[in-house]
Amino acid sequence: MATDAPLIRLRGVTKSYGEGATQFQALKGVDLDIIAGDFVAVMGPSGSGKSTTMNILGCLDVPTDGTFLFRGHHVERLNRDQRALLRRNYLGFVFQGFNLLSRTTALENVELPLLYRGDAKAERRRASMAALEKVGLDKWWDHTPAELSGGQQQRVAIARAIVTNPDVLLADEPTGNLDSERSVEIMHLLTDLNRTSGITVLMVTHEPDMAAFARTVVHFKDGLVERIEANHAQGEVVE
Amino acid sequence: MLGTTFLLAIRSILRHKLRSFLTTLGIIIGVAAVVTISTLGQATTSAVQSNIASLGSNILQVRPGQGFGRGGGGPRPPDFDEADVEAIRDQIAGVTAVAPQAQSTATAIYNGANWSTTINGTTNAYFTVQPWPLVSGRTFSPEEEAAGKAVCIIGNTVRTNLFGGGEAVGSRFRIGNVSCDVIGTLSTRGQAGFGGDQDDVVIMPIKTVQRRFTGTRDIRLMLVGVNPAYDGAQVQQSLTQLLRERRNISGGKEDDFNIFDTAQISATITSTTTLLTTIVSAVAAISLLVGGIGIMNIMLVSVTERTREIGIRLAIGAVASEVLMQFLVEAVALSCLGGLIGLLIAQAAVAGLSIASDLPFLFVPQVNALAFGVSALIGVVFGYFPARRAASLNPIDALRHE
Repeated sequence: MATDAPLIRLRGVTKSYGEGATQFQALKGVDLDIIAGDFVAVMGPSGSGKSTTMNILGCLDVPTDGTFLFRGHHVERLNRDQRALLRRNYLGFVFQGFNLLSRTTALENVELPLLYRGDAKAERRRASMAALEKVGLDKWWDHTPAELSGGQQQRVAIARAIVTNPDVLLADEPTGNLDSERSVEIMHLLTDLNRTSGITVLMVTHEPDMAAFARTVVHFKDGLVERIEANHAQGEVVE
Repeated sequence: MLGTTFLLAIRSILRHKLRSFLTTLGIIIGVAAVVTISTLGQATTSAVQSNIASLGSNILQVRPGQGFGRGGGGPRPPDFDEADVEAIRDQIAGVTAVAPQAQSTATAIYNGANWSTTINGTTNAYFTVQPWPLVSGRTFSPEEEAAGKAVCIIGNTVRTNLFGGGEAVGSRFRIGNVSCDVIGTLSTRGQAGFGGDQDDVVIMPIKTVQRRFTGTRDIRLMLVGVNPAYDGAQVQQSLTQLLRERRNISGGKEDDFNIFDTAQISATITSTTTLLTTIVSAVAAISLLVGGIGIMNIMLVSVTERTREIGIRLAIGAVASEVLMQFLVEAVALSCLGGLIGLLIAQAAVAGLSIASDLPFLFVPQVNALAFGVSALIGVVFGYFPARRAASLNPIDALRHE
């Protein structure tokens, strides 16, 4: 694999829902390249196809047609279980609604991906505590989601997403349920992870304030990529 | 992989204690109700059957009069006499023995102990027409029977109340105005099928009873033993004919005696208890169904919550088969746990009720296995199949499930 090849390449990706007269085409042929280590914000109005694209990139959904290359491999040819393994080993997810397991401590939530990967108990503990430390919640490891604030829950979710050292962190409106102060904290955390760990961050948002933290901003409209712009002002926002 | 699955399943059960408890409760109630009801039904049947067996299964009881009572108005039909007994014994094929009975009641006194009991006058034939072994001593000698000596064989209740349960053979006690030597004690027979304590009895030679207690030579009841090799109905018919001749009952007149066939009664009661068992089993099946619906409900109610959980697990990289295995282990563990608790409760309930109601304690393996199997199956099916449907969704659809 050539070093300058993008980490992710979408070519002519379409996605349709329903059949016949009620068929709805959410994506009409998306072309997109994402290079390793980038921090990409995906923006666009509701129904523009940004979330659908995100779900396809996260291997949570499959394209109706088109090519999806991840590290040069054809993801659209993988079966369910292969996609699950790809998620397990290379991708981490952060959702708008946190999606933590209820009645489950922060530590156990974070170590869940490692459990599925089959890591030994001691290693699970060590890696999970390290991830919680990175998000600043190592003191809260034995609290359940109900005992944590929204911002804290999202931090736990981020710890769970990065505990496997994935290549890509996919965040679907990660600040959508948070107030502006917590939102900025979360964005600083994501930026920090992107810079220090070199993790590629893909983030869907419709708030320009949040998109300002990204290095690249992709605008979606009507199921297509409208334009891609480099955010030269990123450094100013972060510092 | 398997260790992980078990760990995840156990964690999930412990985390959702209420849900786990409710699921288990449905199975516990289903299994406990079914096993208790069916076992008690079977215990009742077997108790009734053993009571009937203790009556003796091939015995005709012959009494004067129609039915159990002595009839309404009109002249009282005459009792039998010794000649009737001999005629039946000698003239009817298939009769093994005929035991005449003359009954009275009196108070027995021994060493200051008082006990009012039944006196049953009969012959040694009494012990051949029905199985009722002695635990000690002997039956009557021919001289004692012929002379009407004051000897007796006592039932266990009498022995307990007069002799404090100790050895009675060789002792002498007073009964009515008679001083009586105990020559034998009987084994315990228990309650009669229709109430009454069969062990509360003093058996004496019939001549003794007739002379010293009833004051007549009448015989109120004859027990006729029938050889099982003969057709009972045929024997009964011959017996009816003989007695009609002896009692001068002509042509169209009705019998003035009745023959009570224990084998026939036994068959009737057995078919009744079989019907009873069938009804009880139907009730049990309904409670199993109700328990099953309870299990289904709690499982289906938790599907929404669990569908999101499945979405989360799939999103963070679980393979569908791993998630399903976890749910299967959970369902099996909860169902088996509930089933086992249900079985234990049922055994305790059956034991308690058997003590309270004098029924025998039974363990019916088929009933236990069936109840456990059906409940566990319902638990597993309704725990597993909703999960299978959820795991077949795209992770994103499972996550969005409302």
